[in-house]
Amino acid sequence: MKRGLFIPIVATLGFIFLYAPIISLVVFSFNESKLVTVWGGFSTKWYGELFANPQVLDAGLLSLRVAAASATIALILGTLCAVALSRFRRFRGKTLLGGMVSAPLVMPDVITGLSLLLLFVAMEEVFGWPAGRGELTIIIAHSTFCMAYVTVVVASRLSDLDQSLEEAAQDLGAIPARVFFDITLPIIAPALISSWLLSFTLSLDDLVIASFVSGPGSSTLPMVIFSKIKLGVSPDVNALASLIIGVVALGVIIATIIQLRRPTKKAPA
Amino acid sequence: MLDKPEIAADARPWRDPEAKPFVKIRDVTKKFGDVAAVNNVSLDIFKGELFCLLGGSGSGKSTLLRMLAGFEDLTAGTIEIDGQNMANVPPYQRPVNMMFQSYALFPHMTVWNNIAYGLKRDHLSKPDIDARVAELLHLVKLEGYEQRKPNQLSGGQRQRVALARSLAKRPKLLLLDEPLGALDKKLREETQYELVKIQETTGVTFIVVTHDQEEAMSLSTRIGVMNQGEIAMIGEPQDIYEFPNSRFVAGFIGSVNMFEGVVTEDEDDHIRIRSAEAGCDVYVSHGVDCAPDQILWWAIRPEKITLTREKPEAEFPDANITHGMVEDVVYLGDMSVFQVVLESGKRLRVTKANSLRGDPEAISWDEEVWASWSGAAGSVLTS
Amino acid sequence: MGELERRRGFGADVVTAELATAGLPRPVWRPWGFLRERLTMMGIGGRWAVILPPLLWLLIFFLIPLIVVIKIAFSESVVGQPPYMPLLTISPEGDVQMTLHLSNFIFLTQDHLYLDAYLSSLKIAAISTILALLVGYPMAYFIARSGDRARNILLMLVILPFWSSFLLRVYAWIGFLKNNGVIDNTLEALGVQHLIDALNAALAPLGWAIPPLPWAMLYTDFGVYIGIVYTYLPFMILPLYTNLVKLDGALLEASADLGAKPFRTFLSVTLPLSMPGVIAGSMLVFIPAIGEYVIPQLLGGPSTLMIGRVLWDEFFTNRDWPTASAVAIAMLVVVVVPLMILQRAQNAVVER
Repeated sequence: MKRGLFIPIVATLGFIFLYAPIISLVVFSFNESKLVTVWGGFSTKWYGELFANPQVLDAGLLSLRVAAASATIALILGTLCAVALSRFRRFRGKTLLGGMVSAPLVMPDVITGLSLLLLFVAMEEVFGWPAGRGELTIIIAHSTFCMAYVTVVVASRLSDLDQSLEEAAQDLGAIPARVFFDITLPIIAPALISSWLLSFTLSLDDLVIASFVSGPGSSTLPMVIFSKIKLGVSPDVNALASLIIGVVALGVIIATIIQLRRPTKKAPA
Repeated sequence: MLDKPEIAADARPWRDPEAKPFVKIRDVTKKFGDVAAVNNVSLDIFKGELFCLLGGSGSGKSTLLRMLAGFEDLTAGTIEIDGQNMANVPPYQRPVNMMFQSYALFPHMTVWNNIAYGLKRDHLSKPDIDARVAELLHLVKLEGYEQRKPNQLSGGQRQRVALARSLAKRPKLLLLDEPLGALDKKLREETQYELVKIQETTGVTFIVVTHDQEEAMSLSTRIGVMNQGEIAMIGEPQDIYEFPNSRFVAGFIGSVNMFEGVVTEDEDDHIRIRSAEAGCDVYVSHGVDCAPDQILWWAIRPEKITLTREKPEAEFPDANITHGMVEDVVYLGDMSVFQVVLESGKRLRVTKANSLRGDPEAISWDEEVWASWSGAAGSVLTS
Repeated sequence: MGELERRRGFGADVVTAELATAGLPRPVWRPWGFLRERLTMMGIGGRWAVILPPLLWLLIFFLIPLIVVIKIAFSESVVGQPPYMPLLTISPEGDVQMTLHLSNFIFLTQDHLYLDAYLSSLKIAAISTILALLVGYPMAYFIARSGDRARNILLMLVILPFWSSFLLRVYAWIGFLKNNGVIDNTLEALGVQHLIDALNAALAPLGWAIPPLPWAMLYTDFGVYIGIVYTYLPFMILPLYTNLVKLDGALLEASADLGAKPFRTFLSVTLPLSMPGVIAGSMLVFIPAIGEYVIPQLLGGPSTLMIGRVLWDEFFTNRDWPTASAVAIAMLVVVVVPLMILQRAQNAVVER
């Protein structure tokens, strides 16, 4: 069939649309002048300023800690949830669990953030814990909404998994818990890794929820960036952006290469 | 090593009324919602048998197998294995192992680890496990393949690993779900023979589920034909083929010519059936439990009919001989299949072994022929 | 009972006894079986060890917070910590009183800011979704019809921006859209201003005029459209791609064989079959877009009304927690409604 030019042209424009702002960010991070839109010469001074800024560094470390903790908690809880929803037949509260775990996916961030803050305030009043909001409350909040994503990814992988593998293991004498650790877990490992990474990214990137549930002295990186850019453009933010995009790009490229190199599952006839 | 026990065929415990069955299935029913996949099935299976559950899809055979393995609960009825009631016994505690249709080999484990998995669950010592795995690899002729992963094996090799894995724990009962289904024809024939040999040497009771009648006929000591959740007939392959108990069983196995007729004579030593379809009377040379004027069916296998150009000499000139025209001849090499149109319009399927090479007298298209058979050649079916 | 009689109290599995009779060496006793048996007899299966942790977590950190929001939506705003009146009070006589202030909800309906914000949010989300569809569909189609190698690389290019910071990507557009930002500078450099002057001269008799450069794009609704389309584009492309890649090329060839021109084939074959993907992608853009805060805050103008922003302002700027809560409840209700309608539409399409 003759291929028209319309589709490729529009598609290329689309890709340009997707990447032009990112490229511009990176280019202007090396700009000598403070103006982010007029080229004044090549310089790396903004990167230097970035690393000398304690506010940014502290926020960065905090965000990384929170993201790692939240991703791990979300992975454990989300996997348990996925197993319960896709492998167990009927139990009291199954619909409730299913509804609760998928709700954060459709609820706007502002509502999730508000509700958790109000909870923490009420809990502090009644129990005295959590005493003031900070890193812990952010971790709890992030774990809760990341859990939803983990459950979706893992449940989808589990439903693709051939149940006869798990049945075969049971048939050979393994109790259900054994089956999970010996058979299911190793096979769904890629899905677990990707959902951990997804949670990590979502946590690292979250602004709204963190703004609600954080306390004095616990500003995450997005919160710091947001307060800077509310006032307009700022070249050190460009530098930060370029760094983050660089790291992410590297990670995605490596992951894609690994995936493409993986041997195909076809067996010889 | 294993002693060679008595070959199961010599014993034939189901013919002994005193023999205790190894697997007792009593009034077992399984319902999914309102639909009964298995409906009130009762069955005895004896030790050392190679029993086949034969049926089409939806016949309930796989469900019954899964209930034996413990993967489905029973809606009603009991299953006993070696005298023990299996109610509430989970699959990992049953003395039963299963070979799955998809083989279900653990993709992230080597052949060695796949086979050793069940033994590890029993916490055997390493030397014991080593010895047993080596024994099994020798049995299925896969020595040297220990470190391969399933995706590096061919279909036939994977099937053998699955078999070795299922035999590892020396189960009393082995369940096989369509074991030869995924193999091509040549491989299937070889494997059928090997499977029977393994069963005979290990002495394990096999229950095989299959939809392939050839497979059932060649493998089993006894066959249980299932239809829509119920048992249609249980018997040795010969009994199923030569003495079917219903039209369903007659039509399910092999090909058959079925005639409807009415009983005209009913004596202790013979009956006569008048059949318009057959274009003649059918004289059956043994007594049948029926009444005069009863409508019933008579089935005869294609190889039991003889075709001749002249009307043959016969005991009764008006019975067991009919006349028609050869509509089609299919030459299959070892035999020829004739399609004969009778005067009534009914088509008769007749097969004949080509025992004479390049027979010039062979019956051909559009010839007028007489079809005849003996008094005991067919089965009388009342259902 | 046969030789496989279960031995109670020692935690031995049936298998153990079976092995003993088969002549294989006896393994070590394991006490877990015993514990498991006892718990099962009490009705607590192992399943609950799996179900309870996520269930309890979500009850505490998802359900109860929503209940708290409802409760505070019914209370009154006061100055202090926390800035709302408790719902339950104990009077001097020892009675428990519950005061429900419906004033917050009534306020929502009286002040048409909130209704306007809701409708505006729906409008902006809808327009952005359509724009995203117009941009994303050709891209998804292009990727789906590409060769294997190219396809993987293109998909990676689509997904890559998603993994980098959402906030920073929106920030990138500030630089592009602002007055004398990258777009304005590029257009000027290309001499577009002269083109505009020429067009304006031609259009003058009609009374129309194209505004001169620099164009105000930042801090307008337009900026929000760009922002939403940009950030949610991968969510539109991926479901469309998944759907289009499964499209059987033979169908398109059959259509051409029967005499249809390419565009006709697209309308009659490709588009209807890709409907599930269109709806899935649209939902993934439309629903979150309604409640967006960051994009309207950074790229929108003071007159860009979106309900997420309203909630944030109520809470942080006005310190009015009860009203913010009431807005949250109202938002939940109005977000759930379009969601249900869309789900029903999706099911209808799938059934057809």
